[in-house]
Amino acid sequence: MKKDIILSGVGGQGILSIAAVIGEAALTAGLHIKQAEVHGMSQRGGDVHSNLRISSAPIHSDLIPRGGADLIISLEPMEALRYVSWLRPDGWVVASSTPVVNIPTYPELGTLLAELNALPHSRVFDVEAVSASADVSRAANIVLLGAAARVLGLDFPSLQEAVRRVFGRKGEGVVEMNLKALQTGYDTYHI
Amino acid sequence: MLGDEAIALAALHAGISGVYAYPGTPSTEITEYIQRSPLAAAVHSDWCTNEKTAMEAALGVSYVGRRALVCMKHVGLNVAADAFVGSAMTGTHGGLVVVVADDPSMHSSQNEQDSRFYGRFALVPVFEPSSQQEAYDMVRVAFELSEDVRLPVLLRITTRMAHSRAVVSTAPACPPAPVSFPEDRSRWVLLPVNARRRYGELLAAQDDLERLSAVSPFNGYTPGGSKGVVACGIAHNYLMEALDGKPDRTVLKVSQYPLPRDLVRRLMDECDEVLVLEDGQPFVEEQLRGLLDTSGKVRGRLSGEVPRAGELTPDNVRAALGLPFGNHFAPSSSVVPRPPALCAGCGHRDVYEILNEVIADHPDAKVFSDIGCYTLGALPPFRAIDSCVDMGASITMAKGAADAGLFPSVAVIGDSTFTHSGITGLLDAVNSHSNITVIISDNLTTAMTGGQDSAGTGRLEAICLGVGVDPAHVRTVVPLPKNRDQIRRTIQEEIDHPGVSVIIPRRECIQTLKRKR
Repeated sequence: MKKDIILSGVGGQGILSIAAVIGEAALTAGLHIKQAEVHGMSQRGGDVHSNLRISSAPIHSDLIPRGGADLIISLEPMEALRYVSWLRPDGWVVASSTPVVNIPTYPELGTLLAELNALPHSRVFDVEAVSASADVSRAANIVLLGAAARVLGLDFPSLQEAVRRVFGRKGEGVVEMNLKALQTGYDTYHI
Repeated sequence: MLGDEAIALAALHAGISGVYAYPGTPSTEITEYIQRSPLAAAVHSDWCTNEKTAMEAALGVSYVGRRALVCMKHVGLNVAADAFVGSAMTGTHGGLVVVVADDPSMHSSQNEQDSRFYGRFALVPVFEPSSQQEAYDMVRVAFELSEDVRLPVLLRITTRMAHSRAVVSTAPACPPAPVSFPEDRSRWVLLPVNARRRYGELLAAQDDLERLSAVSPFNGYTPGGSKGVVACGIAHNYLMEALDGKPDRTVLKVSQYPLPRDLVRRLMDECDEVLVLEDGQPFVEEQLRGLLDTSGKVRGRLSGEVPRAGELTPDNVRAALGLPFGNHFAPSSSVVPRPPALCAGCGHRDVYEILNEVIADHPDAKVFSDIGCYTLGALPPFRAIDSCVDMGASITMAKGAADAGLFPSVAVIGDSTFTHSGITGLLDAVNSHSNITVIISDNLTTAMTGGQDSAGTGRLEAICLGVGVDPAHVRTVVPLPKNRDQIRRTIQEEIDHPGVSVIIPRRECIQTLKRKR
C-alpha cells in the first residue's frame, strides 16, 4: 500500500489538521509515514501545502516527485490547481470550490473550476455550504477529508478513531463536531 | 515527529542542562519542543536576545562541564560567528552541539548560505542527517564526540529535514553531568600566546577528525559500478527515491565531515564519473574538483547537472541522474502567486498607512526597514520600505544615509529585532547626533516565527532612554485607525526634530491575541 498525498490551501485553513488525522490513522495501521510541512512566511495568508506520504514499505524522500501524487486534497480551488503537475495521470483531486480571494490578481473562478473538473478524477464541491448546512462550519477541513476518505486507502473507522485521538485533548464537543464533519464529507460522495 | 523535534528530544535524552537559541525559521521548533517537554523541568530554555548571546551562554555551560544545545537559522550563525569560531579555539569541556538550519530555496530567508563552510572554517566536525531518525541518533553521538575531541560539533540541517515528520525510535536517556571544571585554564584565555598553542592543537586534531569521518556509521561506501554519486545529508533520500532503493551505481553517503579523504579517493579511482548531490552550495563539489579540476569527472551544481541555486528535489535529482520522467499534467497557466501579507487588523498596517501619508510630503525620504513581519510592508498595497538586509540594519543604514546627507531618514524595526541587534546601532546614532527617526513597531512578540517572547517587552522606552535618546523624543502611540491624526502629527514632529527620535507604536500582535481568546 502506498499513497502520496498533497494537501494544499491558504494559511489558517487547517490543512495540517487534515494531515494529523491521516497520519494518526496511518500510524495506527502500522504504515510508514513522512510528511513535509511549510512553516514561517506562509502563515500570513499565503499559499500553504504539505506532502504526506504513507506506505507499507519504507519511504525515502520527504517530497513527492512530480507526477507522483495519488491524491490532492485542497481547501481552495486555485491551490488545488497549483499542484496539478504533481498529480499522477490516474490521480484524484478532492477540493473545495470556495475561493479565498485575498490577492488582486485572483483568476476567474469559472476558469479554475473548469480546469479542475476537466481532470479525469476530480471531486470539487462547495465545502463551506455543505459544512454550514450540517452546522459544522468550524470543521470544514474535516468535511473535505471525509469526502476524500474513499480514495485514501484507509478504512473509514480508522479515520474516525484518528479524529477522536487528534482532537481528544480539545474536549468531547470538538471531537463530536469533527466526527460529524467527517461523516458529512463521507456521505457527500460515493466515489 | 518533525526533524526539529527529533533533535530536541535527542538533546533532552543526552542530558543537556540548557538550550540556547533565538527564533528563526526553520530552527524555531527545536527550542519550542524543549520548552513544552515534561522532560525539561530542570533544563534552561528561555529565548536568548540573539544568536551570539546564545552561543556564548552555551559555551559557559560547556565550561562548567555540562551539556548545551544551541539552535539558530543559517544567518544567525553570522551573528554568532565570533563566538562560534572562538569556541573551536577554546575547545569545550561539557558537550556542545550547535544546530544550524539552512534554508536553500529561501522559503523564509534572505540568502542561501551553506553552514558547512562555517564548520570547515572553524575546523570543527559537522554532521548532516539524511533522515529524522539519523538526526536523533546524531545528536546523541554528537554530544559524545564533542566531549571526546573537546570541540563543538555543528549539526547542519535544511528546511526539509527540520519541517518534515517521520517516526523516530529513541534510546534510553542519560542523566545530566554534574558541574566540573576544565583542568587546563589557559586554553580558555585566548591571549595570543595561548591562542597560538591552541591553534596548533586544533590543526593537529584535523587528521583525527578525518579518520573519525572515515569510520563513521553515518558515512558509507557502497560499490556499484563505474558511475559514482556522492550523496550528502538529505540528498541520500532523493537518490534512493529516484533509484527505488536499489542503487545501480557506486554511492558514497556523506553525513559527517570533514570529508573522509580515503573514501573520496576510492570513489574517484573506481569511477569514471562522479555526481555530487548536496543541498545548498557546492561545498563538497568544490573540494572534489579543486581549483583546476584536473580529474574532469566531477559533476554537480557547478557543471549544471544540478541547478546552481535552490534546494534539491526528487525531480532535479532524478534529472541529474539522467533518469526518465513519467507522464504528468502540465502546470496550469491560470494559477498566480499568492504571497503572504500582513494580517487584517495588524498594527504594522496602521503604521505603514500613516507613515506613507507623512512621507508623501517628503519626496526625498527613504525608509530603511528590517527583518520581521513588517518586511511585508515592501509589498503592495504599502510599498513603504526601501531596504531589508540583516537584523538591525534599519537603524544603522538610516544613520549612515543621514550622515551622508539624506533627509528624512527613517528606520522601521520590530521590537524583537531591536533588542536582537538594534540597540548598539541606536547608541551609534545618539553618539553622532544623527538626524534619524526610528520607528520601533512593537507588537510585544517575535511574530514572524510564531509568537515567541520578545526580549525587551515592557522596557523599550527605558532601553532607548538608557542609550541616551532625549526623553522628549521617545514617543509612544497606539496604532489604531482612530489615532491616525495624532500618529501623523507625532511622525511629522519627530522627522522635523534635528536629531535622533524614537517613535514606538505599540499594539499586541493580532495572532497572539487570537490565541489567548
